[in-house]
Amino acid sequence: MKSFKALLGATAFVSASAAYGADLEVTHWWTSGGEAAAVAEFAKAFNEKTDHNWVDGAIAGSGGTARPIIISRILGGDPMGATQLNHGRQAEELIEAGLLLDLTDVAEAQGWRDIVFPSSLLDACTYEGRIYCAPVNIHSWQWMWLSHKAFEDAGQDVPSNWDEFVAAAPALSDAGKIPLAMGQQPWQSAGAFGVMSVAIAGLDAWRAVTVDKNAEVAAGPEYAKVFQAAADAREMAANSNVQDWNQATNLVITGQAGAQIMGDWAQGEFQVAGQTAGEDYTCLPGLGVNELLDTAGDAFYFPKQDNADVEAAQKELAALLLSPEVQVAFNLKKGSLPVRGDIDMSSANACMQKGLEILASGNVLPSGDMNLSPDTQGQIEDLMVEFWNDPSYSAADAQAAYADIIANAD
Amino acid sequence: MTLADNAAQSRANEHQTKRPSRLFKNMTAKVASIPMVLTALVVFVGCTAWTITYSFTNSRLLPRLEFVGWDQYDRLWSTRRWLISIENLAIFGICSLILSFVIGFTLAALLDRKIRGEAVFRTIFLYPFALSFIVTGLVWQWILNPDFGIQQVVRDWGWESFVFDPLNNADIVIFGILIAGIWQGSGFIMVIMLAGLRGIDEDIWKAARVDGIPTWKTYVLVIIPMMRPVFVTALVIITSGIIKVYDLVVAQTSGGPGIASEVPAKYVIEKMFQSQNLAQGFAASTMMLLSVLVVLIPWAYLEFGGKKRG
Amino acid sequence: MADTTVSLAMEGPRGPKPRRRLSPRNIMLYGTLIVVALYYALPLYVMIVTSLKGMPEIRLGNVFAPPVEITFEPWVKAWSEACTGINCEGLSRGFWNSIQILVPSVFLSIAIASVNGYALANWRFKGSEVFFTILIFGAFIPYQVMIYPIVIILREMGDGISAVTGTEFRLMGSIWGLVLVHTVFGMPILTLLFRNYFTSVPEELFKAARVDGAGFWGIYFRIMLPMSLPIFVVAMILQVTGIWNDFLFGVIYTKPETYPMTVQLNNIVNSVQGVKEYNVNMAATLLTGLVPLVIYFVSGKLFVRGIAAGAVKG
Repeated sequence: MKSFKALLGATAFVSASAAYGADLEVTHWWTSGGEAAAVAEFAKAFNEKTDHNWVDGAIAGSGGTARPIIISRILGGDPMGATQLNHGRQAEELIEAGLLLDLTDVAEAQGWRDIVFPSSLLDACTYEGRIYCAPVNIHSWQWMWLSHKAFEDAGQDVPSNWDEFVAAAPALSDAGKIPLAMGQQPWQSAGAFGVMSVAIAGLDAWRAVTVDKNAEVAAGPEYAKVFQAAADAREMAANSNVQDWNQATNLVITGQAGAQIMGDWAQGEFQVAGQTAGEDYTCLPGLGVNELLDTAGDAFYFPKQDNADVEAAQKELAALLLSPEVQVAFNLKKGSLPVRGDIDMSSANACMQKGLEILASGNVLPSGDMNLSPDTQGQIEDLMVEFWNDPSYSAADAQAAYADIIANAD
Repeated sequence: MTLADNAAQSRANEHQTKRPSRLFKNMTAKVASIPMVLTALVVFVGCTAWTITYSFTNSRLLPRLEFVGWDQYDRLWSTRRWLISIENLAIFGICSLILSFVIGFTLAALLDRKIRGEAVFRTIFLYPFALSFIVTGLVWQWILNPDFGIQQVVRDWGWESFVFDPLNNADIVIFGILIAGIWQGSGFIMVIMLAGLRGIDEDIWKAARVDGIPTWKTYVLVIIPMMRPVFVTALVIITSGIIKVYDLVVAQTSGGPGIASEVPAKYVIEKMFQSQNLAQGFAASTMMLLSVLVVLIPWAYLEFGGKKRG
Repeated sequence: MADTTVSLAMEGPRGPKPRRRLSPRNIMLYGTLIVVALYYALPLYVMIVTSLKGMPEIRLGNVFAPPVEITFEPWVKAWSEACTGINCEGLSRGFWNSIQILVPSVFLSIAIASVNGYALANWRFKGSEVFFTILIFGAFIPYQVMIYPIVIILREMGDGISAVTGTEFRLMGSIWGLVLVHTVFGMPILTLLFRNYFTSVPEELFKAARVDGAGFWGIYFRIMLPMSLPIFVVAMILQVTGIWNDFLFGVIYTKPETYPMTVQLNNIVNSVQGVKEYNVNMAATLLTGLVPLVIYFVSGKLFVRGIAAGAVKG
């Protein structure tokens, strides 16, 4: 049965692509240097390997700017051909309302169940047994990036974990460096806090709070340590007056700042700047404390269209996004990890190899996107951005507010 | 009765009485007003009612009619960010109202003194109004940038300890936005005031001078009261702009540092689309509407209600 | 500053020009005006200067320093090369979109609002004042309240038109949807302007035309239109700048192909690739502001005259 369907699917693709070349508008918010280079790989593959045409619909800003536009267009009856969204709970209601294309037949034809690793990625795309999105990469927040130049200038060794970093911070300040680079957008504040909570409170406490929404743990001593560490980090980041994450990364690249806590997408920026992992910069997964990765990532959704030709093109794109060559090309540029474990990533650099090892060893966490609703995340972001930017906001007050949000989380 | 009488009567809108065929009287005018009627009813009344209704539901990403009472409002008023937004809007609103009026009127009065190069000055004061809030926000962000802008320039002059960094200081960031907002809007208020001053009869000035009334007294006692309609127009324009302030903040500070320069309009947009909590956004926008009504209804009553009865 | 203005205000206005050019009074007056003019002119100066510098110069100097080496590269880049994602077309595409949005929006909104104002001023009917009051209230309703339902209205209208005409037609995401939105939201202020203006047209003219047998449209086209050039100029300037500068509606009701210039500007400014290129940003900003700026510089005088004629009569 399965093979029959696969065959059917395959012939459908062939006949569709022979019959008609569709323009597929693809919206995404990948506009920084490394991201744009990565998405160009998708466009190239789609234009070359199919008869269809990739119409790029980049929306600048972060996901926060882009999502409203994407969603209001889907709701307003003007859906794009495909769109990036973080998988997880963001798309649930769109699926319920029947606005997204069911990709189950593509997934079965391509054997996604067997190749997508870790399988939780596909679970996040699955709703009531049907598959609605194509995961394209694994992104993990759990990284810290350190500038060799900054530490050299300050006469310090490059730290190998969070505690060493904290110890070295005063020397960085004395050398006129910003110890910790932080962009001021809310998602960055919340993300950095998330990384610190996994590393400092430990996996069990993190799981209790994020997955089980246990407000007592959130108000407890483990998290008190996290808030205290964040308050210290706040001082280290006091002079970092940039907005965008890649501006903050740029401070690290140029050695003006010692380190940045940022997801692995920062890798792409180092690459565009021509830097080499291990020589110019160091990456520490889990802040060097807990070598864990969360498996958030980007996925593509395909809003339903009335046009059968377009639908065929959408399915072709979905299949293409997970094909081995495209996965390698895209993820090398993006600095993210591929969604399938069966491809050769030997050309990846030292940091990505570290990530691949951790992934292979199974030290993975579900991502916040998959556990918390966007609403709860929004509340946490509001809290964190205020906490990180207002030195008078005490760690204890922030923790109380945090526990309150967790208590009401859905 | 002649057609002209009929028209004059309908124009005066006074003795509209129970004549037959009232529905068909003025038929063309009624047909021509259909777009206005539709806009008023469908968009302004209809959409507002829709939004208010859904603010009592638990709609998330998509509108759903599952009512939850006042839950959204309870949550709204216990959210720090909303309270800060309201406070910011109040500070921004009051300051920009006063400053726009004072600056606009003063500049208009200065320009009204038959000075040389009036056209040049007027153009300089007015051109910012031609620029969007996005542009305004970007330029002022750049000028107020601590490393390249005013702060650095003054330091280069030798005053090393000079600090002027409003956009990165949570306590005064709203004034950094105010500087930009006033820059953009006050020129237009000046033009309106100037038009008002130009509309005042020269004889009034002559009479005042003959009577020996000092100029400032003439302004306060005679001119300003005469310019009431001008002030009303200016007030309508300024207040309707204040409540909508959004682009400027997005371009200049994105609400930062932290949440120190958040405004209600931004809260609404972000809750609706980013947090995917439509009902929360609707509740916040309903509160915005309510605050407008609190200001507007007494004014409308004085402005229109009084006339009709009087 | 406050003292100066008060003392200046005490001077007799509308008097003849003072004879002595350098009287202390004059120095104060012009001094004040020049200082204030500097505050207003400064940002434009900064924009121009920054847009003509290269990046190294920006990093070394301050925002007010004139360029040592003038380069037009940022302008070229902003217009035709700046990237959003993998589109590197700069602002040029947005410029044409904005024109395509602007022309029908300005035309339609002024046409409808002037007829509204005319009907309200000269052909009142039962309920017309009620609708007018709702309209004025509408000027105060935060747009955020209406954004979402309008998405639904546009979708339904698009479907309706598709069903009637039998061809697929979408309002949401198309230029026409945005034109409609601009027409609706421009209506309150414009209707107010036109109503006030038409009310001030002498009644005798209107009566005479009625006696001659002219109807609603006859009077509108033959009497009212020719007399109302100043108010049309004001309405046009307000709409051109308002629509050209709109960001919120542009970003919500269009899609990348039809993005107006402001949205593209925001995209370019926020697509930071490495370091922020302030010079390109400023060039892009100036390019975006060029159309309304030119209109203001050219027709500023007409604008003031028109405002005097219409806007300020309550």
